[in-house]
Amino acid sequence: MNEYNFAYLDEQTKRMIRRAILKGLAVPGYQVPFASREMPMPYGWGTGGVQVSAAILTPEDRFKVIDQGADDTTNAVSIRKFFEKTAGIATTEKTARASVIQTRHRIPEARLREDQIIVYQVPIPEPLRFLEPRETETRKMHSLEEYGMMHVKLYEDISQHGAISTAYAYPVKVSGRYVMDPSPIPKFDNPKLEMDAIQLFGAGREQRIYAVPPHTRIVSLDFEDYTFEATKAEHSCDLCGAGDSYLDEVIMDDAGNRMFVCSDTDYCRSRRSAGHVGRLGEESAA
Amino acid sequence: MYVAVKGGEKAIENAHAWMAEERRGSPDVEELSLPQIREQLGLAVNRVMAEGSMYDPDLAALAIKQARGDLIEAIFLIRAYRTTLPRFGCSCPVNTADMACDRRISATFKDAPGGQVLGPTFDYTHRLLDFKLAADGDVPLAPEGVPRQEATPHIMQFLKGEDLIQDEPETDAAPGDLTREPMEFPTTRPLRLQSLTRGDEGFVLGMAYSTQRGYARNHAFVGELRIGTVAVEMDIPELGFSIEIGDIELTECETVNQFKGSKTEPPQFTRGYGLVFGQSERKAIAMALVDRALRWKELGEDDQGAPAQDEEFVLSHSDNIQATGFLEHIKLPHYVDFQSELELIRKLRREAQDLAKSKGAAE
Amino acid sequence: MTAGSQFMGGFRDAPIDAAHAFRAAMTVMARPGEIRQLVGATPPTPLSVAAGTLLLTLCDPDTGVHLAGEFDTLQVREWLTFHTGAPIVKAPKADFAIGRWKDLMPLIEFRIGTPEYPDRSATVIVETPGLLPRGALLRGPGIKDTARLSLPDVPALQANARLYPLGCDFFFTCGDTIAALPRSTQIEAET
Repeated sequence: MNEYNFAYLDEQTKRMIRRAILKGLAVPGYQVPFASREMPMPYGWGTGGVQVSAAILTPEDRFKVIDQGADDTTNAVSIRKFFEKTAGIATTEKTARASVIQTRHRIPEARLREDQIIVYQVPIPEPLRFLEPRETETRKMHSLEEYGMMHVKLYEDISQHGAISTAYAYPVKVSGRYVMDPSPIPKFDNPKLEMDAIQLFGAGREQRIYAVPPHTRIVSLDFEDYTFEATKAEHSCDLCGAGDSYLDEVIMDDAGNRMFVCSDTDYCRSRRSAGHVGRLGEESAA
Repeated sequence: MYVAVKGGEKAIENAHAWMAEERRGSPDVEELSLPQIREQLGLAVNRVMAEGSMYDPDLAALAIKQARGDLIEAIFLIRAYRTTLPRFGCSCPVNTADMACDRRISATFKDAPGGQVLGPTFDYTHRLLDFKLAADGDVPLAPEGVPRQEATPHIMQFLKGEDLIQDEPETDAAPGDLTREPMEFPTTRPLRLQSLTRGDEGFVLGMAYSTQRGYARNHAFVGELRIGTVAVEMDIPELGFSIEIGDIELTECETVNQFKGSKTEPPQFTRGYGLVFGQSERKAIAMALVDRALRWKELGEDDQGAPAQDEEFVLSHSDNIQATGFLEHIKLPHYVDFQSELELIRKLRREAQDLAKSKGAAE
Repeated sequence: MTAGSQFMGGFRDAPIDAAHAFRAAMTVMARPGEIRQLVGATPPTPLSVAAGTLLLTLCDPDTGVHLAGEFDTLQVREWLTFHTGAPIVKAPKADFAIGRWKDLMPLIEFRIGTPEYPDRSATVIVETPGLLPRGALLRGPGIKDTARLSLPDVPALQANARLYPLGCDFFFTCGDTIAALPRSTQIEAET
């Protein structure tokens, strides 16, 4: 293969990360501090996810990387190539064929299975950070299960705007205990957080790992009179016609015409190959 | 049309090839060699070693060349390399009292044993562009003196005799290592100093400057600034004694700061400490000022709410590799988050308009 | 065990063996009650293959290991030191502990983490004579509806779960099989 250790990281670093992952699984939603290493890619570009993936991958894995739901966005390509080079593993763009999926900002549309693992890249793991910038304070708040401030913030939104104005990185309560940042996924994806696969979250710059085991109860924070709503653009995909997928809005011309397309490129492609056609589907296939 | 937003592998490859070409610049101009960078851009090399936390002038020179002179990018290359190196052990503490000083000045005493040695400094140069350097001018050799044989004592020890400066507690405890354990607040002075010495020079400078302008002013004098080489020794358990593994160049700064005394301590001077790889005196002085400002709690001083007194704030934001990574990541695609905000704003506007309409109809 | 045998029985290809082993360990910790095979190391007796493999996968000079009861032998110490460099420590300092259930008692000796750092708790590896998907009823994160696992001491493990989010986490090993019980699992005795 090459001069790197399998999956780049040295074994001692992997052990340190693996121990953090186990503690994270044992206390779902709690952010475990770990001695994040400097990776050969910048902080903020997925170093946390990359370190978690490096610690869990085996040579038999089939690895998929998405950014914004797409396999061919530049940073996804770059991370996929990194693991092809340093771990020599097989990669795929098909969600169903992947055993490990590293993602930034999306959960795939297809339901993940028991035998799959999803690794999230996390920029700011602390859901309370924008209410209280101090780690010393937020740590105390988690220990005391003191989340009133978060509810106050959400409620202030409602009184000001008539709705909760958090559209992504929407906070959730994990198994009735810890409030967790699900990473900047759109709130459309929040209901999928209750899934059959293992979910691991890595924040490299902030040196935190957290986890959600399969079938863990995840509740998006809300109020009785203002319940959580998973929203998306009120359109169908213009390529595959899907009405149930999260959509990207693309500006098509100077006149400001738009099209809406699935952000999950594999979902869109597999629907199209199964014969589904959206409003502009044929035109684009031409 | 839609396909155009897909970047992909080819775009990345082409971008990298273009960058490599730009790095080389015009092929009509001779290529820079690493020895040229190491010898002639020594202060850049020093900064890359200090903030990269790795003492290797040749690799630092390579990093500067590869980074096209972008020092933060060069520091990043060094950090990413450093983290892959196996750790064989820890050196013994270096003894800066044994430093072979190239430069040694004190602002607090006119003269002291060891003397004031200006050394190779920009101080007192007139900042006039030297057009002779634009041509390949030969530089006349500098006059040489007789090197001092005996050790140069630290200035601070002369204050210690009178008990005028606070004693630093001696300890044999192994300090933590911020590259091996996640930082936890409040932290300890050894970890603060580690963080500051690899912290961004501009950030540490700005923090230090803020203390001079009154944000937790602590009346610092440069008690001593020394630059020179020290031997690095390592204990070899198999041998039962320590051996010298090499020399490194260091800049050390000790500031003398006023302290009015507290309930438990008599009035005396206190100090701030800076120690940096290579000749990096701006950084070492700035580090000493920030170190002193961060010691307010230990010295029983007031929390003035100044940024430089705020350990979590200073240490969480001093690392330029963390900062630049996170800053620059906002150029990565964020269409998914942006789309969700877009939908939300549209929805809120629609509701506001509906509300205004129904109000208008009612009136 | 003969002289020099502490050098034997390690991983043949450490990065790959450890990757496989960790995957099994992670899977059982994420799915309490699930039993998996765990192989890779050939440890000295009385260590099982699964427990020995787990120790090589997770322990190094940064982790204190407590050897309880009959597991505290010169051979086990030498083997563990040679392959992992982990310091051997007493129960209150342990990151990992290994032994039979009765020798690991009382659980109160082990670190359970602190309210601000619940992760700073011991992981206890219990060597059991049998490991079967029946017995105590388990519910909680990682479990779809319910699961069953043969547990050595339901009241003590229930007491540990009541400390949540503090508490110890457990691996149970038998031969080359492993299962786990994190502190987050609610346990009901078999009725």
